Amino acid sequence: MSIEKFQNIESAAVPIPIENVDTDQIIPARFLKATTREGFGENLFRDWRYDKSGNPKADFPLNNPKFSGAILVGGKNFGSGSSREHAAWAIHDYGFKVVISNFFADIFKNNALNNGLLPVQVSDNFLVSIFKAIEADAGTLIKVDLEKQEIRLLATGESEFFQITPYKKECLLNGYDDIEYLLNIKEKIAQFEKSRT
Amino acid sequence: MAGKTLFDKIWDAHVVDKIKGGPSVLYIDKHLIHEVTSPQAFAGIDSRGISVFRPEQTVATPDHNVPTVDQHLPIKDELSRFQVNKLTENCEKHGVTLYGLNHPYQGIVHVIGPELGITQPGMTMVCGDSHTSTHGAFGSVAFGIGTSEVEMVLATQCILQPKPKKMRISVEGELSEGVTAKDVILYIIAKITASGGTGYFIEYAGSAIRDLSMEGRMTICNMSIESGARGGLIAPDQTTFDYVKGREFAPKGEEFNQAVEKWRKLKSDDDAVFDKELVFEAADIEPMITYGTNPGMGAKIKDHIPTVEEVDPATRESYKKSLAYMGFEPGSPIEGREVDYVFVGSCTNGRIEDLREVVKFVKGRRKADQVTAWIVPGSKQVEKQANEEGITAALEASGFKLRQPGCSACLAMNDDKIPEGKLAVATSNRNFEGRQGPGSRTMLASPLAAAAAALTGRVTDPRNIN
Ligand code: SF4
Repeated sequence: MSIEKFQNIESAAVPIPIENVDTDQIIPARFLKATTREGFGENLFRDWRYDKSGNPKADFPLNNPKFSGAILVGGKNFGSGSSREHAAWAIHDYGFKVVISNFFADIFKNNALNNGLLPVQVSDNFLVSIFKAIEADAGTLIKVDLEKQEIRLLATGESEFFQITPYKKECLLNGYDDIEYLLNIKEKIAQFEKSRT
Repeated sequence: MAGKTLFDKIWDAHVVDKIKGGPSVLYIDKHLIHEVTSPQAFAGIDSRGISVFRPEQTVATPDHNVPTVDQHLPIKDELSRFQVNKLTENCEKHGVTLYGLNHPYQGIVHVIGPELGITQPGMTMVCGDSHTSTHGAFGSVAFGIGTSEVEMVLATQCILQPKPKKMRISVEGELSEGVTAKDVILYIIAKITASGGTGYFIEYAGSAIRDLSMEGRMTICNMSIESGARGGLIAPDQTTFDYVKGREFAPKGEEFNQAVEKWRKLKSDDDAVFDKELVFEAADIEPMITYGTNPGMGAKIKDHIPTVEEVDPATRESYKKSLAYMGFEPGSPIEGREVDYVFVGSCTNGRIEDLREVVKFVKGRRKADQVTAWIVPGSKQVEKQANEEGITAALEASGFKLRQPGCSACLAMNDDKIPEGKLAVATSNRNFEGRQGPGSRTMLASPLAAAAAALTGRVTDPRNIN
């Protein structure tokens, strides 16, 4: 089982300009009863997206027809809270390939990377530019180039380099997953166990 | 060369390999699993056609999604029943020890690990749950992981992890009367914010930390994640060894003595260098409570909610949104608000010591009529002990409802939900929007403050009750 290969994208983005977007908002606990990885996109941001009777809330960006695309942009400390990988699954299942923030919670970042969802951490200023660009034109295009580790606002040409470890970059570009890597060094792990006793 | 931190010592002793330009291969001593974050990992193992590499190093229990009434009956909710049964099937198939519903050892993963002596100093421990940081109280490197990583541990007993940075937080001096470990950690998070620990592993030190019981230390380490940190740990000492001694899976006899000799070396060297150091004075800490929708939004119970002008301009929009959700006015006093629910439980404060604190406080009194007060023991063993010590009877006489062990209203996956709009004082660890049920409003506090709220029906500084 490998992850989907990451392709560079040029896309419009959906803005959620809120800080501390936690995993309970991304996917509330009551939807964690499934035993497979599929279908969580339906309940992504459930309680922000729908009212009590299940009607879409018009003011929530995911319900606003103005916004679309494979990029989600959030405020500081995105993905804080629980370790539920369901949060990354929900975002990916909904159709996002990239999440942008100026600060990600650690476990969320790992979970995203393990599922072919690219977390792009930008500077505070660049995040402001992105939100501004979307505000000016909801369809504004953002280009994410993983090979160059570059994010670019096509309208203004503003761009920024983003960090990712060479190992994770390899994994995403080639669709490798960590488990395959570990399975290949099982002998070494067994030797390590012996060396400790 | 500078000395090593406690974290470095444990981490380095578990590195199997280091990937160039990437993470380390970290060996995991103990792996805890539960019903919610493991099914997809087992499915992954099955679809690869492999077996669990070291089944004896994994222990399973259902906790997140179990009912807390009538646990002897089949689970009513179909999806929950399916998920819990799936855990049983997976454990049977792969030879993993399971403490299922009604087993005397069942309980919240982070309560049963320590109480069974599974958690020991110097270990690496992981679980598909962020509050795995709890186990760091024993001087272990323990942290939460995602389901893909659960699969890695099942498949190879290892995960790939970048090494976090290290922070030391010292709390010096003596805590005053009525101030508990929960207040200490809520105070720290209020100071450093809900993202102040991101990227770090925190070592807690200082005389106020050393004076805490193991339960208190677990409460502190538990909530490390609420500051964004990957985990927290505390150097083991005599308090730790005394707690571990004699427990089911702890080493016995001469083996125990030898283990203690090793464990005594588990501390940061005097010349160890941390990436960040913070020092707080115990005397500055008072009973705390949260007023917003992230755990960093906490204050002294006798304080007021910050005005909009008092918060960082960059966060004002989020701040207003949060208070609007809570229905609180910026600048208003915290104390005196009417409370609808009180929840004592969770892996933060669902241990026997927490129940003892509550009972000391409420024994012989009656809870306020308008408050629904739930007490949910963290495990079967806590429940049993509470029955034996007469805690259950005393709490029931005071009008509290005792439920059966599980995560319960901490995350409200089962029926234990705080109704929409109702205000709860909870001893758990998260106050996110809807965390305790859609539209629920949560104020996090210590078991003492929760007990005080139950008695008066209002947010109350526990020191005001005599
Ligand atoms: S009690 Fe709450 S925080 Fe602890 S493991 Fe259960 S759901 Fe998570």
